[in-house]
Amino acid sequence: MRDALVMIDRSVRLSRRTVDALLFSLALPVLLMLVFVYLFGGAIDTGTRYVTYVVPGVVLLCAGYSAAATAVTVAQDMSSGVVDRFRSLDVGATALLTGHVIASVARNAVSIALVFGVALLIGFRPEAGPVEWLAACGVLLLFVLAMSWLSAAVGLAVSSAEAASGFSFFVLFLPYPSSAFVPIETMPGWLHGFAARQPVTPVIETLRGLLLGTPVGANAWQALAWCGGLLAVSVALAAVLFQRRAR
Amino acid sequence: MGLVKAYGDTRVLAGVDVRAERGRVFALLGPNGAGKTTTIRILATLTRADAGRATVAGFDVVRERRRVRRAISLTGQYAAVDALQTGAENLRMTARLAGLSRRDARRRATELLARFDLAGAGDRRVATYSGGMRRRLDLAAGLVGQPSVIFLDEPTTGLDPVGRQAMWDVVRDLVRGGVTAFLTTQYLEEADQLADRIAVLDNGQVVAEGTPAQLKERVAGQRLDLTLAGRAAYEAAVAHLDGRLVRRDPDRLSVGVATDGSAAHVRALLDEVDPGRGGVARFAVHAATLDDVFRELTHA
Repeated sequence: MRDALVMIDRSVRLSRRTVDALLFSLALPVLLMLVFVYLFGGAIDTGTRYVTYVVPGVVLLCAGYSAAATAVTVAQDMSSGVVDRFRSLDVGATALLTGHVIASVARNAVSIALVFGVALLIGFRPEAGPVEWLAACGVLLLFVLAMSWLSAAVGLAVSSAEAASGFSFFVLFLPYPSSAFVPIETMPGWLHGFAARQPVTPVIETLRGLLLGTPVGANAWQALAWCGGLLAVSVALAAVLFQRRAR
Repeated sequence: MGLVKAYGDTRVLAGVDVRAERGRVFALLGPNGAGKTTTIRILATLTRADAGRATVAGFDVVRERRRVRRAISLTGQYAAVDALQTGAENLRMTARLAGLSRRDARRRATELLARFDLAGAGDRRVATYSGGMRRRLDLAAGLVGQPSVIFLDEPTTGLDPVGRQAMWDVVRDLVRGGVTAFLTTQYLEEADQLADRIAVLDNGQVVAEGTPAQLKERVAGQRLDLTLAGRAAYEAAVAHLDGRLVRRDPDRLSVGVATDGSAAHVRALLDEVDPGRGGVARFAVHAATLDDVFRELTHA
C-alpha cells in the first residue's frame, strides 16, 4: 500500500514535468470540441443543438486518448532500467501500475473539467442536478480507470514506447464509429452492429442520459459491464505480463 | 553453481560456477554477449536460471528471493533513475520503497548525496547530470537499504576517464566499509584495478579464474607481431609456433605470439622462428588486448 502511494507520488510528479505532453493532452480535447461544434456542427443534424449532442462524445474521446498515454509511460518505464530497480525493491506490478493509472486519472480530471468549462462557455446547457452530475462523474471515472488499466497492460505487452503510442491512436479513433459525434442511424447499415455494441456507445449514451435527461435504459448497465469487465481483465493481464518479465 | 540459461535456442549460460568472497571485489570479465549481464541478473533475482543454484549473502536466489533482495543492490548498465526527478527526489523515493519513514528517507538522501559528491546537484533534475553523476546517483540509490552485497553491471562503460576514476574510488571505499562487490566489466584494466578475484567468462562459460596476478601469468601482457617475408616463411612460422600463436593473419602474412616484452625474450623468439635471419620482414610489440587474452584463454 505504501509502495503504491510512493508510486502515485512519482507518476504524478513525472506527469507534471512532461510539460509538452501535458499541454497537448489538455489543449487537444478543447480544440477537437471547437472543431466539431463550429466546423462540422453546422452540417450535422442531431435534432438538438449540436454542442449539446457532442460534448459527451468529446469528453469520452479525450478521456480515452489521455488514458492511452498510460501505455507510453508504462512502456518507457519497462524499457529503462528503472523497472529493475523497483523489482529489486520488491515493488509489485500493482503498485507500479497504480501509480501510472492514478496519474492518468488526475490528468483526465483536469482535462475533462477544462472541456466542460469551455463547453459551458460556448452554449452547452446540461439539465443535470447534483445527483446526475455525481453519477456522470462516477461513470467517467470508471471509464478512465478501465482505459488506463487497459493501456497499462498494453504498455507492458509492447516492446517500445513508440509502439505504445500507436495504441493511443487506435483509442483516439474508437469513438468515431459510435454515437459520439453523429447518431448511429446515419451510418451505413453494416456499421450499425459494431457502432451500437462497442464499449464507447453505452458509456456515451449513459452520460447523455445523466446530463441531458435523455432515456438511459439498458445503456447504464451495459456501460458498467463493459468498463468493469475491461478493468478486471486488464488488471489480471497486467499482473501476468509483469511476471513474464522475470524470465 | 552450474547456472544454465537459454533464451529460445540461444544458450547464454552453459554451466557457470563462481564464488565471490565476502568483503572483497569479484569481477566477471568478458566480451559483449559472454553472459555477464545474465549471470548478474540471476544473482540479483531479476532473472531465473533454467538450471543450477545460487546463494547470495547466504540466501537462495529463488526460494529466498525477498531476503536476497533486502541484502543486495544492483546498479545496471542503464542508470535506473528518473531523469525528470531531481537527484534528491530519486533517492527519497527509493528510500521510501526500501521501507524508510519519510523523515529517515530525507536524511538518508542528504547523507548519500554528500557521500557521492552530489550535494550541490541534489535539487537539479537528473536530466541535467553528466554520465558519471548519473551513475553515481544510481549507485547511491542502490545503497539506501544498506546492502551487504552490491552488484555492478559494467559500472564504468561509457564514462570518461575522470568519471571512471571517481567510480573506482567509490567502489573501493564501499568495500573498505565491509561490503562485498560483484562487478562485470569488459575492461581488463578495470578488473585489474579493482578486483581481488577475476573470472573470465566466454560463451556462457568460465574459461579462467584467479587473482589478477595469476591470470596475468597465464596471459602474457604483451604480444610480438611478426610479418613474414613470404608465403613459405609464413607457413613455416605457423607450423613452428602453432599452439603458441595468439593471432594469425594469412592475408598479411602476419602472426602474433605472447611475450613479456623484454629485449631478451623478443630476441630469443626471433631467433627461434627465424634462425636464418631472412624470414621475418618486420616485427612490432603490442600491449595485449582483451582479444588476445580471450584467444589465449580459449586456446587453453
